Amino acid sequence: MKNIPVIALVGNPNSGKSTLFNQLTGLKQKTGNFPGVTVDKRTGTLKLNDFNVEIMDLPGTYSLYPKSLDEKIVIDILANPADDYHPDLVVVVADASNLKRNLLLFTEIKDLGLPVILAVNMVDVAKQHGLSINFLQLSKEVNTPVVSINARNGDGISLLKFQINKFFLEKQVESNDSGFFVKTSDSHGELIKNIKEQFNLQNDYLAWQYAQQGDKFYFLSTLQKNILSALIQKSGFQSNALQAGETVARYMLIGGIIGKIQRFIKPESEIKDNLTQQIDKILLHRVWGYVAFMVVLFLIFQSIFSFAQIPMDLIDSGVANLSDFLKSVLPNSPLVNLLTDGIIAGIGGVVVFIPQIAILFAFISVLEESGYMSRVMFIMDKLMRKFGLNGKSVVPLISGVACAVPAIMATRSIDNFKERLITIFVTPLMSCSARIPVYTILIALVVPEKSIWGLFNLQGLVLMALYLIGFIAAIFSAWILKILLKTKEKSYFIMELPTYKMPKWKNVGYTIVEKVRAFVFEAGKVIVAVSIVLWVLASYGPADEMKRAEENAISQSKQLKLSDIELENQIASKKLEVSYAGHFGKFIEPGIKPLGYDWKIGIALITSFAAREVFVGTVSTIYSLGQSNEASDTLKHRMKAEINPETGMRMYTPALAFSLLIFYAFAMQCFSTLATVYRETKKLKYSIIQFFYMTGLAYVSAFIVYQLMK
Amino acid sequence: MEMSKLFSWRKKKIKNKNKSVADLKPGEKAVITHFEDEIMSLKLLEMGCVPGSEIQLKYVAPLGDPICILIAGYNLTLRLDEASTILIQ
Repeated sequence: MKNIPVIALVGNPNSGKSTLFNQLTGLKQKTGNFPGVTVDKRTGTLKLNDFNVEIMDLPGTYSLYPKSLDEKIVIDILANPADDYHPDLVVVVADASNLKRNLLLFTEIKDLGLPVILAVNMVDVAKQHGLSINFLQLSKEVNTPVVSINARNGDGISLLKFQINKFFLEKQVESNDSGFFVKTSDSHGELIKNIKEQFNLQNDYLAWQYAQQGDKFYFLSTLQKNILSALIQKSGFQSNALQAGETVARYMLIGGIIGKIQRFIKPESEIKDNLTQQIDKILLHRVWGYVAFMVVLFLIFQSIFSFAQIPMDLIDSGVANLSDFLKSVLPNSPLVNLLTDGIIAGIGGVVVFIPQIAILFAFISVLEESGYMSRVMFIMDKLMRKFGLNGKSVVPLISGVACAVPAIMATRSIDNFKERLITIFVTPLMSCSARIPVYTILIALVVPEKSIWGLFNLQGLVLMALYLIGFIAAIFSAWILKILLKTKEKSYFIMELPTYKMPKWKNVGYTIVEKVRAFVFEAGKVIVAVSIVLWVLASYGPADEMKRAEENAISQSKQLKLSDIELENQIASKKLEVSYAGHFGKFIEPGIKPLGYDWKIGIALITSFAAREVFVGTVSTIYSLGQSNEASDTLKHRMKAEINPETGMRMYTPALAFSLLIFYAFAMQCFSTLATVYRETKKLKYSIIQFFYMTGLAYVSAFIVYQLMK
Repeated sequence: MEMSKLFSWRKKKIKNKNKSVADLKPGEKAVITHFEDEIMSLKLLEMGCVPGSEIQLKYVAPLGDPICILIAGYNLTLRLDEASTILIQ
């Protein structure tokens, strides 16, 4: 199965594990999922002198006893030698400035009998704290090769590579029972022996792990789990108490080791140590803390909207030009239309959001790398908890402003299932970038462009209000869910508050690439697929009706003496009317009439399911403007001129526009999000409930808005 | 007389015994004695909150909860109801 040896990087969160991974693999890295679970898997190739090895970055964890979905993958892989990713060598990355806590995980992995190299990172930080470590002594004490590294500037990396190389050349397979750090088998020798026999295991501590958490191992069958639990029950194994005892015993032992290898000298600079405290005095302040957070948020949103505009416009016109170019060189056929209006338009609809997503995750990554994000979680936790969320929900909620798909994937760090589910459920209510084009055109239509108190632009204020409404809806929905959902599971906020660090730009770059990739491949493929289906529905209809529509348009245009382009647009408009999508729009018209919509808007609502911004393109076609390259001004005038046949007045009254705005703010019109929710929760019912809840909320709110403003 | 004295002494002792990390004031130090919640203790132990180790309250979040403690040389945040399961001396 495995062609090349696999090395797993394991370590505490914030130990610099991912920085080391980036150092070792550079750009030769891949992201994917571990089979069957939705945990990110990062792998990359490392070229050594004599051969190549595969490096795998496992999720950060404090011990082998997982507290979240991410962490569980570590024990699942390490405890199963048959796993495709079971490592041939484990590199444990430890933070030198906090060696004690970092060595806990190390001793656990070592006791599993896996070959280990201990990479001690951030020695410079430890030095600042006045800690000096005797590495030679440490290596002797733990009977393991120890390398001192600095993952940030690359010091010691070549030595680490040398040690890895040496390991594979010598392949000194250590005997399994060569002295455990903690002899767990002492207390339940009989049970450990039975498990070892039953499951054909060599290592005592592995058998102990079976006893502790074998019921959750993915690789054991139900039958095996039943046998295991029978063995455990017979022996009266007290899982929790024994686990607590194990951890205490490990810390006692580690304390002894630390005493021998670590000396406390005068701190190199107390100033740096105090710097974190000084900054925290402001950023955790009861007033300034929140002010600072608001300023950061404001900066993020400003940047998303201003910096992303130029690349987005470029992409937009690029896609339109490409499509026009293909249309002009290729013969006019349904297949070419499928390519240009279906596939390319669909891909364009994905690519156009990349700038905003990249900018947003650049910010989030910088905030996380610097240590500020943990502070935001710290000051927001109590507020969020009132609504059934968690301090950690802040990141998904902010990410939701760019796109719900990566935002929902970011909920994995929330270890409490209820809080995670609520976060997943309400995140799509945050106004994502796909809603902006819809907001923009509708606001431009009915909100006058004037300033208030000479300061604020009225249109901008309405846009801001829409974002606020989305946020309020999210928070309010979370509160309802908190009341409805019952859980016995404990919620934790036990989290390390790291010291402030200068962000490592390479890591920021990798995060951006990773998130964009997730968006393009996870959301993108669904958007493209749905675009194609919708293109078919909007291009085809009952044959005779389609033909009649075209003839109708031609005869009409002769009367009106329309130009060729106008004729083409007229035909497209008439055809859309009788297409399957058009029929569907008419079918739902009675249902959406109370909201003020007609069948034309109905078509746009349906096509929005590929991605919300398709609304603009569809409306352009319906109002016979042709798909691409139309300045929104033209569309605005056309929409303004649209007459409501029933009232004889203009169609897009403020009531209708605001009803549409509210509808788009709340409705679940994103197939990719539903697919992501299903993948993350593994239950279809959550996607279905979410769809009906959001769409129902949109319907009722739009109804109220329309009826009140009419 | 004897009885009530004993009673008050016991009450005092119980009250003292039940002092937890949640009762600390910023800057105050204490030593962890034991835990009240078994499941919670597993996580706290792993994070280095081992009985016998010194703990210091560093910050309280602006809304009074969660709190940040200094343990084993690093800052750890936890909620008040989590902190109240760590009993101290």
